[in-house]
Amino acid sequence: MKTIRTLATATAMALALATTAPAQTLTFAYDADPVSLDPHEQLSGGTLQLSHMIFDPLVRWNSELGFDPRLAESWERVDDTTVRFKIREGVKFHSGNDMTAEDVVYTIDRMKESPDFKGIFAAWETATAVDDYTVEVKTAGPNPLVLHTATYVFPMDKKFYEGQDEIVKHGDSFASSNVSGTGPFTITEREQGVKVVFERNPNYWDTDSPGNVQTAILTPIKEAPTRVAALLSGDVDFIAPVPPTDLERIDADENSKLVTMSGTRIITLQLNQNRNEALANPKVREAIVYAINNEGIVKKIMKGFGTAAAQQSPEGYLGYNADLAPRYDLEKAQALMAEAGYADGFNATMMCPNNRYVNDFKICEASAAMLAKIGINIDLTTMPKAQYWPKFDERAADIMMIGWHSDTEDSANFNEFLTMTPDEETGRGQYNSGNYSNAKVDELTLASLTETDEAKRAEMLQEVEKILYDEAAYVPLHWQDLAWAAGSNVEIEPVLNVMNFPYLGDLVVNE
Amino acid sequence: MHILAFLIRRAIQAVIVMFVISLIGFSIQGNLGDPLRELVGQSVSEAERQLLRDELGLNDPFFAQYARFMGNALQGDLGTSYFFKRPALDVILGKFPATFELVLGATVIFLAVSIPAGIYCAINRTSWFARIIMTGSIVGISVPVFLTAIFLQWIFAVELGWLPSSGRGDTITLPWGWDTGLLTIDGLAHLILPSIALSSIMLPLFIRLIRAEMMETMGTDYVRFARAKGLSTRRVRYVHAFRNTLLPVVTVGGLMIGTLIAYTILTETVFQWPGMGFMFLEAINRVDTPLIIAYIIMVGLIFVVVNTVVDFVYTLINPMVKLPGAKS
Repeated sequence: MKTIRTLATATAMALALATTAPAQTLTFAYDADPVSLDPHEQLSGGTLQLSHMIFDPLVRWNSELGFDPRLAESWERVDDTTVRFKIREGVKFHSGNDMTAEDVVYTIDRMKESPDFKGIFAAWETATAVDDYTVEVKTAGPNPLVLHTATYVFPMDKKFYEGQDEIVKHGDSFASSNVSGTGPFTITEREQGVKVVFERNPNYWDTDSPGNVQTAILTPIKEAPTRVAALLSGDVDFIAPVPPTDLERIDADENSKLVTMSGTRIITLQLNQNRNEALANPKVREAIVYAINNEGIVKKIMKGFGTAAAQQSPEGYLGYNADLAPRYDLEKAQALMAEAGYADGFNATMMCPNNRYVNDFKICEASAAMLAKIGINIDLTTMPKAQYWPKFDERAADIMMIGWHSDTEDSANFNEFLTMTPDEETGRGQYNSGNYSNAKVDELTLASLTETDEAKRAEMLQEVEKILYDEAAYVPLHWQDLAWAAGSNVEIEPVLNVMNFPYLGDLVVNE
Repeated sequence: MHILAFLIRRAIQAVIVMFVISLIGFSIQGNLGDPLRELVGQSVSEAERQLLRDELGLNDPFFAQYARFMGNALQGDLGTSYFFKRPALDVILGKFPATFELVLGATVIFLAVSIPAGIYCAINRTSWFARIIMTGSIVGISVPVFLTAIFLQWIFAVELGWLPSSGRGDTITLPWGWDTGLLTIDGLAHLILPSIALSSIMLPLFIRLIRAEMMETMGTDYVRFARAKGLSTRRVRYVHAFRNTLLPVVTVGGLMIGTLIAYTILTETVFQWPGMGFMFLEAINRVDTPLIIAYIIMVGLIFVVVNTVVDFVYTLINPMVKLPGAKS
């Protein structure tokens, strides 16, 4: 009798364990590991991916491009220039300190000092702790992007960092090798460029999180074929990014699964109107857009791993204008060239990076060949990104490639950097190597940055896309897709998103 | 006494070599690209970047920068890596054991295979097996090492699943701070594929070299004389002939160390072996100039040291050879 009872208890316990998903180890490989543990040192995908593991943001993006509350339980707009965040109570940092409004204010002030992040926080004039668990943010003028910006606020442990929190871009600092956040993981071991070992935070505040990864080991694998080999051989459980050439192979592998998503990084060619007289003619620019078959590029060169674009804003952004479709019509392009007085064509120089975007130089080679068909002789130079950026800053060629991802996940950001009139004072148009300038575009973009009514903003931003389209301000190519791959026991789909911040704290790994 | 003079002369040579390398390295660094772009996010303004450039001293004139670098270098400071945020020399020394063990693994493999194979081919010139080895070595010499590496990785790690695909596995830290993978099963398993890949560039060359030298010595007068004297075939082949075969092998081997170091860059990259070669390629991608310069200076030093060792080994194998520059 006793044995039976023991057996029954054991079975019950086993069942109970099965439903709470036992702790698992996850090994994963990205193409790089974070440069620093200081979340404010460098604004990059790697830093943000790390931040989502050892810290928590006030709010975070969900898969519908909406906001989920995290360390901010709720928020309310008090007036046009004020937003109040209610901070979650009872959250502890890894050091054991309590997280309060003080820490949030401290973090925001620190970001305003960071060369990389201060641009994003420029519109936040002050952040003050109203009480222990309320933070009030005042913006310079009405601001529609307060929540977008709040996704960057990962509260840091003030007591832990204060006094030794200098942000150092080169050389060592306390914050670049010591860390205390509130996140689902702590770092137990780190050898830069070789591996980072994460251990689950036993006191994690989010007890509803389904995540069951106890230990996570990040191995950076720079070479794409090696990364794929590591997954297929079972050495690692999860990899990103997946190169387009290996998508089919992983899809066909029965022990692995592939997840792809349409991305938000737009790849474009800019046409310099100051360097080349012909490119100042809107008809010529239009002819170029008509001559470049970007749907063909996506199909043949990107192997379908992208979405052909006719504008900067991807679908889901406020500025996405559903009326705009990719244009390709060789005859029309030739007619436009003749109309513009360039029936015999002209010469132009072109520069592209060869290790920055997926298939970047192949895209440029194909574009150059397509432009030859309308009589434009392209002198193409490609180079590694490290050499490309100084050339880009010099505006060293008539046609230059640039890809852009909006840091705020908002359409206005594209215009601010790529299509507004270049202005050294304000920094607008910093990446507008085409020197495209249109007062209406500038005006609408600036207005959209202080308009809190979403419908009105959408109208403004969509109008900007229409103007850029009509004037062929630049050549839109495509939005790069995103891809991740994992062993079939890893439930990656629910934690992935278009920002490419896998929320590994919520990841479930099956036996 | 003349050994000391020889060593001093070599030390002076090493200093000159490293000085010249540092000057060349320093003068090309401007063409590697802009390190700032790798240090900051895309939306940081040009003015902000200029400030950082000033802080890093990158806007100073070339000679001011070089003088500062030399001043620090004389005190053993080769600069601080932008990426690792630690002294470049420390980073390189930390990566050295991994590369050393990989080169060691490759050396063991190619010696263990090329010596028997070379001798066999020299003695049984017309056998079908020797022909297979010789044909195979032609194929081997023409396949690039990264292809061999990817091929091995694919067959043995992905398809067969016998060996790990990349990385160095478990390591043990020895008392003097040397991380070794040679003392763990996991570490050794990780070492096999990269070692084979790296040895594959030396193997065909050495088989052919040993075969040719062995055939030549077998035809010399003293070997014929040894036979006439009635020494056993075994003793003639493996003591008298083989010993003299080794001399050119050591020379070429010493010269090939450079090639081996160059090929560790490719092998380490494919296998994500955390050594100096992989680190160097990454440093170039990131425009981590202090690390790049420190690496090439260190490689220059390795060359001088290896050449010196080769000269010593020479005198051990053949007492007729004198140290260069030494008076009898």
